Amino acid sequence: MKMNNSRFNNIVGHIKRSRSATLGTIIILLLILAAIFAPILAPYDPIETNVEDRLMKPCIEHPLGTDHLGRDVYSRLLYGARISLTVGIVVVGISALIGVILGIFAGFYGGLTDSTIMRLVDAFLTFPSVFLAIVIAGVLKPGLVSVIIALIVVGWTKYSRVGRGSVLSLKEKEFVESARSLGVHDRYIMFRHIFPNIITPIIIVATLGMADAILSLASLSFLGFGPQPPTPEWGAMLNAGRPFMQTDPHLMIFPGLAIMILVLGFNLLGDGLRDILDPKREIIE
Amino acid sequence: MSLVEIIGLSAHFPTHDGIVKAVDRIDLNIEDTETLGLIGETGSGKSVLGLSITRLLPPTAIVEGKIIYKGRNLLTVSEDDIRKIRGGEITNILQNPTTSLNPVVKIGEQIAEAIRLHQGLNKKEAKEKAIEMLDAVKVPSPSKRAQQYPHEFSGGMKQRVMIAIGLACDPFFIIADEPTKGLDVTIKVQIVDLMKEMTEHKTMLLITHDLGVAAAMCDRIALMYAGEIVECATPLDLFEKPMHPYTRGFLNSLPHRGLTPIQGMSPSLINYPDGCRFSPRCEYVNEECIHHHPDMFRIECEHFVRCFNARS
Amino acid sequence: MLDYLIKRLIQIIPVLLLVSIISFSIIYIAPGDPAMTLCAGPDGQVDPEYVEEFTKKYGLDQPLYVQYFTWLKNVLHGDFGYSYKTQQPVWDIVLSAFHATLKLAIVSLVISLIISIPLGIISAIKQNSLTDTFCMIGATLGVSMPNFWLGCLLMLIFAVSINWLPAAGYGDGGDLEHIILPAITLGVSSAAITARLMRSSMVESLSQDYILTARAKGVSERTITLKHAMKNALIPVVTMIGLNFGFLLNGSPVVETIFCWPGLGELTVRSMEMRDHMVVQGCMIFIALLFIAVNLVVDISYKFLDPRISYENE
Repeated sequence: MKMNNSRFNNIVGHIKRSRSATLGTIIILLLILAAIFAPILAPYDPIETNVEDRLMKPCIEHPLGTDHLGRDVYSRLLYGARISLTVGIVVVGISALIGVILGIFAGFYGGLTDSTIMRLVDAFLTFPSVFLAIVIAGVLKPGLVSVIIALIVVGWTKYSRVGRGSVLSLKEKEFVESARSLGVHDRYIMFRHIFPNIITPIIIVATLGMADAILSLASLSFLGFGPQPPTPEWGAMLNAGRPFMQTDPHLMIFPGLAIMILVLGFNLLGDGLRDILDPKREIIE
Repeated sequence: MSLVEIIGLSAHFPTHDGIVKAVDRIDLNIEDTETLGLIGETGSGKSVLGLSITRLLPPTAIVEGKIIYKGRNLLTVSEDDIRKIRGGEITNILQNPTTSLNPVVKIGEQIAEAIRLHQGLNKKEAKEKAIEMLDAVKVPSPSKRAQQYPHEFSGGMKQRVMIAIGLACDPFFIIADEPTKGLDVTIKVQIVDLMKEMTEHKTMLLITHDLGVAAAMCDRIALMYAGEIVECATPLDLFEKPMHPYTRGFLNSLPHRGLTPIQGMSPSLINYPDGCRFSPRCEYVNEECIHHHPDMFRIECEHFVRCFNARS
Repeated sequence: MLDYLIKRLIQIIPVLLLVSIISFSIIYIAPGDPAMTLCAGPDGQVDPEYVEEFTKKYGLDQPLYVQYFTWLKNVLHGDFGYSYKTQQPVWDIVLSAFHATLKLAIVSLVISLIISIPLGIISAIKQNSLTDTFCMIGATLGVSMPNFWLGCLLMLIFAVSINWLPAAGYGDGGDLEHIILPAITLGVSSAAITARLMRSSMVESLSQDYILTARAKGVSERTITLKHAMKNALIPVVTMIGLNFGFLLNGSPVVETIFCWPGLGELTVRSMEMRDHMVVQGCMIFIALLFIAVNLVVDISYKFLDPRISYENE
């Protein structure tokens, strides 16, 4: 536990030194706070319609205006942050877990296990991820759960590559050799020795993966394969605002900005972490 | 008559830890048609000195002093003028041929490029001249080799190519940096012979840490320690009558003289001792050495030493 | 070279098999009877008689592996089946959509390279300057920007507000004014990625010893940058073109849908909405094949760029 703590402190120290990582962290933390305190921060109900107030331009009562059903855009965006962040965390968490475990197996056992898993990864990578996600989400009846499943199916491959790559480079190291020669059980070696060592690359890939997952969620929702109305999902909001583009561009501009800012936060943090922790890009790509 | 006159040359590099004084107030004359050897340990500043003559140091370097060549100070001529001199009248044969040749450009083109720039030949003529140069440095089947890429050449062959690039424009002055580094003994002998043959009537500054190579090729040898020259003499004088304690230590550390190492460590290039820079390691050190920095003393007409004890 | 090609083709076979299994199984991961899924209209209504006929016709009562092999045999003969909605051969539909996508992708790629390579080079030469910072902030914004948002904004500005360009559509076969907005939208993220790669690759190249050699020869800074450094720096960028192509394909469902561009992305989205699974399957396989082919071509083109790579010795 002590070791983990110092590793954590190390990372925090590094983040402070990188401008892009600092900025990214600030953006992410602000949006997480916004998501958590959405019920307090939001002046209106995100779902309840109020036709009298429909299509209002930004004003004092409605800082970002209202949509075609009279709902406050600002309130809906705050609740939307919850959806984006939750989907991002769930998707990245599960795909990282699946990917890393498969990658470690592939790297550790090599041979047929390795080639089977890696050919599977190759096969998944031949489909552009958005296509595959659309098809999966579409087949499974559009909705939040389908999107999550679809994004996990397309997302796990990158983690398996990282897991495998790290294991392969570690396998050569002496401490694993010596643990093996002492007769330590394979699975024990994997989790005791290899796991702590692949945390760093996984954190980097997962941070960038968050950006990817959030953007993909928005794309799928935009196309109508995501959470259905009246869910205040950002991509869906943007799509719903499209018919009013000419007269009420705010319905399109603000959700797009929200997506971009959150994605930017994760990209900045991810890039910063990569520059700090893996300057030679040895592990990733 | 001196072709190149270096007066009070310093090359300093600002870093986080302080200013690295790689070359510190060096005076050096290079006579017409002589080969002057510049020897010293790794990190003594000899390569930096070689690069500073043609202003090839990175822009972060602070270079001061004068380098007088044909009545002009190379450190103050315009960027265009120095570019015309570089690779034409004065050439650098850089160290590490493996990394110094562009991996994706054909060998012939890498030689022809300099020829086109400095001799005004067209593409075809330059290409022919490049093949002639490859032939001159004894690369077998030169017209075929000119079409190949560096990775198809062995280390010795790459060194020959570097020499061909350096000599292609018939320069007045050649600065060769460690041309024999990392080569097998037999290849080394071949390269030394080749360079001797090809630079017979040319002026050359030969930078090396290999005393054997220096002895075989040079008319005079200057020994560098901690950013300055500590002894300068003909090879015969330097080997037979070394005056500086560092020179003696350097010679004694050679394999055939018993591999006796010099005590202590080279000083950091950031904080030099106040007095003689070798004083912390010198067995003949006295009060004067610790507090005063010695100048170069003339022992004989061509023998200079930076040591108080050598005065008498 | 030929050996290498054969080796690569052999390596592709298991991937292709897996791709076909993934594509085939898409219909079967849908909850419920696949025949019902396949026969359901857009409103979800199913005619039981039709389902029975359909099941027989397509052998859906056979065991799964038999169905797979029948299907695979047909696919290998170029028979991708018929669209349930339009009764046209899937192959024809997919091919004409591919045509549109290819046009868009090529224009996008060209736009993206024209923007990104000079930006990357300038950033690298003026490393850590204000220009560099500005370019790299722009690149990060470019990666983070949702393409559907950018597409809508461009449409709003150039088509709706100032009315310079048509808002959407294919025109007569994708003329320049129709292609320009979707192509920019699609190209921005790949331009951003390429610019970053070009910068780091250029920075590395400029720090190599051979740059000093060129300088020592008296070569001008301009030639050093454009010849000696760029030739080396472009190698990883070309490697990325395959990936870039994947990127462009990836953006196509969204961008093509916004701009009503009748390409593979739009076709997939539309067929998915109409539950026309045969067409979806056709799109999937086609795209996978395309991606594999592009990467193979890119791998082979390395040889021409990087003389150090020799396939014979592998």
